[in-house]
Amino acid sequence: MAKYLLKRLAYIIVSLFFIITITFFLMQAAPGGPFASEKKLTPALEEQMNEAYGLNDPLYEQYFNYLVNAFTFDFGPSFKYVGQDVIEIITRSFPYSLILGIESILIALSIGVLLGVIAAVKHNKFGDYTAMVIAVLGISVPSFIMATVLQYIFAIKLGALPVARFESFAHTILPAIALATTPLAFIARLMRSSMLDVLNSDYIKTAKSKGLGQRVVTYKHGLRNAILPVVSYLGPLVVSILTGSFIIESIFGIPGLGSEFVVSVTNRDYTVIMGTTVFFSVLLLVSILLVDLLYGLVDPRIKVAGKGGK
Amino acid sequence: MSKLLEVKDLSIAFDTYGGEVQAVRGVTFDLDEKETLAIVGESGSGKSVTAQSLMRLVPMPPGKFAGGSIVFNEEDLVEKSDKQMEGIRGKDISMIFQDPMTSLNPTMPIGKQISEGLIKHQNMSKKAAHNRGIELLKLVGIPNPERRIDQYPHEYSGGMRQRAMIAIALACNPKILIADEPTTALDVTIQAQILDLMRDVQEETGTAIILITHDLGVVANAANRVAVMYGGKIVETGNVNEIFYNPKHPYTWGLLSSMPKIDGDDEELLAIPGSPPDLADPPKGCPFAARCPYAMKVCENHMPEYTHLSETQQTACWLLDERAPDVEAPESAMVGGTKVHE
Amino acid sequence: MALPQLKDSDFEPLQINDEEAEKIAGESTSYWKDAWRRFRKNKLALFGIVMIVLLGIMSFIGGPISGHNYFDNDLLNANKSPSGEHWFGTDNLGRDIFARTWYGAKISLFIGLMAALIDLVIGIIWGSIAGYFGGKVDEYMMRVADVLYGVPYLLVVILLMVILPQGLWTLIIAMTITGWINMARIVRGQVMQLRSEEYVMASRSLGASNTRLLFKHLVPNTMGPILVTLTLTIPNAIFTEAFLSFLGLGVPAPLASWGTMSSDALQSLQYYPFQLFFPAFFICLTMLAFNVIGDGMRDALDPKERK
Ligand SMILES: Nc1ncnc2c1ncn2[C@@H]1O[C@H](COP(=O)(O)OP(=O)(O)OP(=O)(O)O)[C@@H](O)[C@H]1O
Ligand code: SF4
Ligand SMILES: [Mg+2]
Repeated sequence: MAKYLLKRLAYIIVSLFFIITITFFLMQAAPGGPFASEKKLTPALEEQMNEAYGLNDPLYEQYFNYLVNAFTFDFGPSFKYVGQDVIEIITRSFPYSLILGIESILIALSIGVLLGVIAAVKHNKFGDYTAMVIAVLGISVPSFIMATVLQYIFAIKLGALPVARFESFAHTILPAIALATTPLAFIARLMRSSMLDVLNSDYIKTAKSKGLGQRVVTYKHGLRNAILPVVSYLGPLVVSILTGSFIIESIFGIPGLGSEFVVSVTNRDYTVIMGTTVFFSVLLLVSILLVDLLYGLVDPRIKVAGKGGK
Repeated sequence: MSKLLEVKDLSIAFDTYGGEVQAVRGVTFDLDEKETLAIVGESGSGKSVTAQSLMRLVPMPPGKFAGGSIVFNEEDLVEKSDKQMEGIRGKDISMIFQDPMTSLNPTMPIGKQISEGLIKHQNMSKKAAHNRGIELLKLVGIPNPERRIDQYPHEYSGGMRQRAMIAIALACNPKILIADEPTTALDVTIQAQILDLMRDVQEETGTAIILITHDLGVVANAANRVAVMYGGKIVETGNVNEIFYNPKHPYTWGLLSSMPKIDGDDEELLAIPGSPPDLADPPKGCPFAARCPYAMKVCENHMPEYTHLSETQQTACWLLDERAPDVEAPESAMVGGTKVHE
Repeated sequence: MALPQLKDSDFEPLQINDEEAEKIAGESTSYWKDAWRRFRKNKLALFGIVMIVLLGIMSFIGGPISGHNYFDNDLLNANKSPSGEHWFGTDNLGRDIFARTWYGAKISLFIGLMAALIDLVIGIIWGSIAGYFGGKVDEYMMRVADVLYGVPYLLVVILLMVILPQGLWTLIIAMTITGWINMARIVRGQVMQLRSEEYVMASRSLGASNTRLLFKHLVPNTMGPILVTLTLTIPNAIFTEAFLSFLGLGVPAPLASWGTMSSDALQSLQYYPFQLFFPAFFICLTMLAFNVIGDGMRDALDPKERK
């Protein structure tokens, strides 16, 4: 187990190294220096700033410094918000995104699995069609459109829920639903087809041949096996929630990491862009590791312990 | 003496995109206590559908009963509700499937899969069922059952899984054990072991067995009576000796010819040319007509009826009509060196 | 038992007609005909096709029939609700939303199609080289693809859009730079399958000649998943474009896409919801149409996959 974890951690570090390197050079390739934007600085001032931010050092030195600092989560100061470090921005905004993300993951998982199971159990019947219509709509309506529609109906027209910001649980409902829509639909379809496969499998016949009731067969034997593809989907699910948060947080005025990222993109605030990108990557790599560990728990055939198992 | 199980005129069809597939078309057979009936026939002849319908395990829809009855304990299983069937499945009739790799739940320990039936049908406590599970694993020859019982299927080899499957099927001492190609997915030495095991178990518990296979070698070693299926119909039935030494149906001849002989050189494996009929549009006459080397004009349009050749042997073939030319079974269908059990 | 109407002549041997036997054995209508028959039964997928055709037509004639073009400002007529003059109303610069919607259709569909095509070309080249040579070549090529695949797609696209100059083609390039991987994996899988001896043997034993076999059984069978992936790439690209537009990284003005139109309308959602409604509606409709076509194709091309 420890060996396996070490191997995975090493893999994460190597991946991070690549990601940091690539983002660093991508940002170097960006048009114009970080201070070359709107506000015209005097050449002297710009020079002074460049000096202060170490932009006059040779490239390899900048890269090396960045690399070393990045591993201690020190991404330097923001170019646009004077006096703020990137890591401060991240630690300030991430909790919002985390709460929102967990909420929408829970929504997507619970409702998605439920819809998928209903569809599979009521295969080719009304329940199936309803669930699949919901799912195909969910896939076709992009989260940002869902967000605006929800916002318009429930906040602006009905006034039932707050329009924006993040002050109470009520504030999180609309954005969490909007964020959950697409993954929810995916999970529902995934769950349906996997459940259908499982329900047609030999071991379900075996279970039935023992005289077990329909319910025991479906839920005790079916569900545990059918849920495996959904567990594998948790990685992409985190990605989807994360990228979705860029827009959803902006639309709902939530001061989370997603909207900070968007702001940094529009401001070309390169250190923040790089910092958040690296942070996102860490987040994803770690969640993928967690998902793999979880998978090992759910599927006895996968031995995470590393002896033989894949 | 009344029979343990009587299947009459059973027909089962499936609704598919390509139209209605008539998988089983009027099958009649019966089963005595403690005997082993083999159902043989090539792939797609409807053996599994027949077997699964006895336990009402054919998925419906797309499947449906198109007629006939399955009488067990003087009751017609076709008429039973799903709830009522649950009381029969696993308790009175149980089943072993072809592929032990896929027929056990991969995410549930073997022991739990055995005890489920016991808890349901015999009101056993978890503890008692667990202990009985260990006994059953011992019975089917799994070494170290105390340790093995808590393992998952992937920790078992193919042969051991099939043994575990048999343990599950036998858990509640069923009156009928249906084994759908229990050895097809296993390699030869394991096959023999599993068949031996089934015979031992039968001696010990007195279950009647319906053994489905397309391997006549297996039949010779394990069965008392044989039903030969083709194109959704039983074309010939008889006891083992009749089927092996006095077969009358050209399809049975074909099957016997395609069986490896102990003394013959294995070059002489005669496969039956052609492929089985499309059951979505079954032939009007004899299902074998398109491939039968002896086919006559009548065969195409008229289904032959059964000729009772003896108390036990019945054959559906126009060759047995007195107007038909005399035809002898080909040399290759002579059993020769094959050992017939009993 | 004898049936009275039977004559002795009925008991003469039957001439077994080999072709006949073959026909009975496996009524195999052609793969595509079969697939089309199944597809046609799928009402939802047919609806999708009709919608796409209509959208395609409207993207060309929509502007002209409205009597407006997509870029004329008319500040005096800004933010007008739908009317006889402006069927979908006007936006905050007084531009006709009807004309812009169909112009946007052209841009969005173009982006979707181009992204799908480029993915297809790169994916086919990469995937078939990997699949054809197999072994080490395959391993390294797929390892590269795996690494790229691990990076979140949208994040990459956003980073690229940050450093690249804005423009229609930049957008397409940014989207395809990692977008082809999925296609490459599918193609590789299919090529591997094509190569696999067993697969070829299985059909050969049915007694078909080699070239006929290749084109009648093998190629169609491998084309299926590729076509489905291709179809599903299009809505994905349209989605990505709209997503980027929301971040201000979409096609630059004066070009209009549904994404930029929705994003522009967002500011005044409270007062002029119709400005958002039309482009948003068509984004959803198009994605829906392509999704149901893709699903329909998957079900039709792969009959094993559920009923
Ligand atoms: N769920 C189903 N839907 C449609 N057709 C089916 C279904 N199950 C079985 N069939 C059809 O019924 C026919 C008989 O199948 P069956 O499985 O009984 O054959 P078999 O004799 O057991 O063959 P094998 O030796 O391959 O197991 C086949 O033509 C098959 O296509
Ligand atoms: S009935 Fe005719 S076709 Fe059928 S097996 Fe007998 S001879 Fe052959
Ligand atoms: Mg079978």
